[in-house]
Amino acid sequence: MSKDFEPTITAFLCNWCTFTAADLAGTSRLSYPANVKIIRMMCSGMVDPKFVLKAFLEGTDGVFIGGCWPGDCHYINGNMKARRRVALLHEVLGRFGVDRDRLWLRWVAASEGNMFAETVEEMTSRLMELGPCEMKGKKVA
Amino acid sequence: MPSIIINDQPVIVAEGTTVLEAAREQKIEIPTLCYNPALEPYGGCRLCVVEVEAGGRPGLQASCTLRATEGLAVRTDSERVKRSRRLTLELMLARSPEVPVLRAMAREHGVKDARFAAENESCILCGQCIRMCAERMGAAAIGIFNRGANRVVSTPFDDLSDVCRTCGACASVCPADCIDFETYGRHPAQPLNSEWNEGLRLRKAISIPFQQAIPKVPVIDPDACVHLNTGACGICSSVCVADAIDYEQADEIVDVNVGSIIVATGFDVLDPTPMEPFGYGRFPNVITNLEFERLSNATGPTSGKLLLRDDQDRYKFTRPPESVAILHCIGSRDVNYHEYCSRTCCMYALKYAHLLKDKCGHDTEVFNFYIDMRCFGKGYEEFLNRVQAEGVRMIRGKAALVTDEALDEDEEGKLVVVAEDTLTAQIVRVPVEMVVLCTAMEARANAPEVARTFGISVGSDGFFLEEHPKLAPVNTPTAGVFLAGACQGPKDIPDTVAQAKAAAAEALALSSAGHVTVAPMISGIDPDICIGCQVCIGLCPYSAIEIDSRRGVSVVNTALCKGCGSCAGWCPSGAAKVEHFTDKQIFAEIEGLLAEGSEG
Repeated sequence: MSKDFEPTITAFLCNWCTFTAADLAGTSRLSYPANVKIIRMMCSGMVDPKFVLKAFLEGTDGVFIGGCWPGDCHYINGNMKARRRVALLHEVLGRFGVDRDRLWLRWVAASEGNMFAETVEEMTSRLMELGPCEMKGKKVA
Repeated sequence: MPSIIINDQPVIVAEGTTVLEAAREQKIEIPTLCYNPALEPYGGCRLCVVEVEAGGRPGLQASCTLRATEGLAVRTDSERVKRSRRLTLELMLARSPEVPVLRAMAREHGVKDARFAAENESCILCGQCIRMCAERMGAAAIGIFNRGANRVVSTPFDDLSDVCRTCGACASVCPADCIDFETYGRHPAQPLNSEWNEGLRLRKAISIPFQQAIPKVPVIDPDACVHLNTGACGICSSVCVADAIDYEQADEIVDVNVGSIIVATGFDVLDPTPMEPFGYGRFPNVITNLEFERLSNATGPTSGKLLLRDDQDRYKFTRPPESVAILHCIGSRDVNYHEYCSRTCCMYALKYAHLLKDKCGHDTEVFNFYIDMRCFGKGYEEFLNRVQAEGVRMIRGKAALVTDEALDEDEEGKLVVVAEDTLTAQIVRVPVEMVVLCTAMEARANAPEVARTFGISVGSDGFFLEEHPKLAPVNTPTAGVFLAGACQGPKDIPDTVAQAKAAAAEALALSSAGHVTVAPMISGIDPDICIGCQVCIGLCPYSAIEIDSRRGVSVVNTALCKGCGSCAGWCPSGAAKVEHFTDKQIFAEIEGLLAEGSEG
């Protein structure tokens, strides 16, 4: 693992909380690693497992799903559905040889811009430890 | 209904009425000391005697216990009656010469001094207290003991009573005001502080909350009401002439269908009690901003006079202060409490300074301890200049300590405010008589639950979060729910009015449009792909998906769907998808973001 390895994080962020928190981090002029690439979702419960797998196949080193705190979901309980899917995905990813720590599900409220920045920071350094993900281009039977 | 004659005047009264009640109904004056309409007649004081002329046992009889029977004729003001009353009063006055109610009554009846050896008893043995305790409170914790000249009101064996609830009903009826009810029982008295008067005054268990209350009717405090807690008392019900007291009333939950909601739940005021250096709760004359407002208010405990609180009695106010310190930013702009500025304090602190000069005289010394003066509004800076011209002293430095430890003569018996004057870089000690704490506005304690109920979010400061700080300041992420006032952040009255009107306008705009615009991001299920497994139906939090049993596919009701994508995230066949978030679009986004050389 070379020292100048820069991991790529694909982030699927809920429009109502973590995406707004990312916005807030920006307007608050907080700095966080540029390694994160954000895809806006309406709800963390909308994140299809195949989006996560697709991201790994396209060469991302980690996936970050951001949802509302339990009980605060804009759509009543989408974040709970996301939690179940992520639990399943952790199982599946293990079988594909992907460390389960490459997929993070975190609750970040709309007002927690600093928490978004901290989470990205933490995840980036964790992925640096893990090194590049070797999934890119692999065909899945 | 019996017909009787009082002072030659025929009167028809209800069955069971006493002569005293009948006479009082006719506005005929009969003096009493032991009579109380809420209690059973006692016939103890003998001041209410009348002379029976016909229809009963002739002679003097106590009218409070004399039932009106057909043909009874009495006289309330005969010479014999008057003589008897004077003698009774003289005897009572000899026992208790210092009791004001007795002295006033004696004067009225022309009794000057008692011819008998004077004692000095404060209790006149009217027995109202013991009847109140036994009949109405159901406790019978006190009684009259001994005989003759040694009669005394006390608890059994003069010991602390186990059954006394320290409710204070005995003291409330005592005409001589001689009962120290807190000495009777084991339970400490629990004063009922008036919420409206910030605890500067007491209230009853049944009271009208405040003068402008709508509807202006009394409410019963269910925690304090003796009737609701023990089944006893019920005095309010028996004395209410309109028969309006209903002990069965309970809170109701009413469902109201509305098109939009304006959340205007307001704020809480920071409680400065835990901030020990300021001495709130320890020093009687360290008061909060709202307490000052109540003192200054014409309907407040002092009728609008700004007075110092008595050192011994927290409900008593004595004289205007000669010097006052107003401490700004108590809990605001403070990393230990709230980082934000409460916005209103600078201006109301100046108002207080002005009011003190106005009401307590120009000699009153007023000191403002501030961090920065934030006089940002229209006419605010001008007001600051005016108040300074009135001689109010401004000290730039947040007060650190309020103490009663005097270092020299000037500080003796005063509250000393210690602060660093940052303009002269010196520690100053300012002795004053009253300290006003300008406490922070904070989010209501139940703000998170309210936010959850309405699907809105709470910011890091605890206040509700608007959808966008500049472009949607009254909106929330939930369509049709708007914010107004200090629930969204500390603000003064003009700002609150402006925001409330904006919220009302937004709500009306929704109603008058007659139709609702929904976001285009809603789910659709491709009937050619759907296999009718119906899992999406169970997942949908809005029950927006139904099965079309004829075609065997699930169908989305587009009016109900909010576009959360729970169905799309799960659909095993890929038939359900959210517009603008289709697999194709997201895949393209992922590919684009992760393409070689992409900068994201």
